[in-house]
Amino acid sequence: MGLIAREIEALGIPTLCLSSAYSITRSVRPPRASFVDFPLGHTSGRPHALDEQVAMMAEALDGFADITQSGGIKTLPYEWLTDHSWKDTVMQPAALNAAEGDSDFRLPRFDTPQYQSQADAEVADASCPTCVFLA
Amino acid sequence: MSEQPPIDYIERTQKQYEALGYPSYQWVYNDTAIALAPLKKPISEAKLSLIASGGIYTRGQVAFHYKDDLSYREINVFGPAADLRASHFAYDLAPVRKDPNVVFPVEPLKQLVASGFLGALAEHAYTFMGGIYSARKVKDVLAPALAARLLADQPDVVLLVPA
Repeated sequence: MGLIAREIEALGIPTLCLSSAYSITRSVRPPRASFVDFPLGHTSGRPHALDEQVAMMAEALDGFADITQSGGIKTLPYEWLTDHSWKDTVMQPAALNAAEGDSDFRLPRFDTPQYQSQADAEVADASCPTCVFLA
Repeated sequence: MSEQPPIDYIERTQKQYEALGYPSYQWVYNDTAIALAPLKKPISEAKLSLIASGGIYTRGQVAFHYKDDLSYREINVFGPAADLRASHFAYDLAPVRKDPNVVFPVEPLKQLVASGFLGALAEHAYTFMGGIYSARKVKDVLAPALAARLLADQPDVVLLVPA
């Protein structure tokens, strides 16, 4: 995502990347970033927590004014849980295939469209005017 | 232990690849900074475009596939929220399928527009599916295509949300 932000910023439009992966963001170096220490898949908040999502987005957007050095990362003051032990099993080889605590969600790399449901597959428009396929 | 530093996903990916017997993955490292583009107006007057990489599509669109999909979708943010879907190979999809706002924050951004904090939300959001193995293809193909498309919408600022 940082690569895309860099491309857009270079064209003259200010960008801000959200992030829940500090090391990756620091390495890719998008122009402005806002970091929240949540598990992947919750970069803009917890499900059905609209008030917190709104507050998080407001604090993140303040980064447009607050970040004055390119590559700056603003950390938002949110904790997923006060106990950080959820981090222990994320992408840890020892935890893979374990009956409990397995947090490797990766799925096989199918090369056909992966619909959320069969019903979606049935209503999909193959000519999809709002889909852009790049070679 | 109660508090821990953020997860070092680069280190964990390397260890995971190692454990699987794969060669080490070369993460992108940029040692140069991109000059910050100046904000032309305050956020309270700015039109914001949203880009998200969590594999969001809408009912009726072709879903993403999991093998270096370089395509993107145009999504009307004023369309029905109930039609939003998510497909991705690399993160737990249960939360996003309950509430797409966890990686596609349309509803909170609309609230910020309603309260006057944010000027406006651009009608079209652009979504793709991250986890594309080839950083070169992202840089040479997807990034320029998305940037060119965005320029035509003339937003004042862009918010990018990975998953």
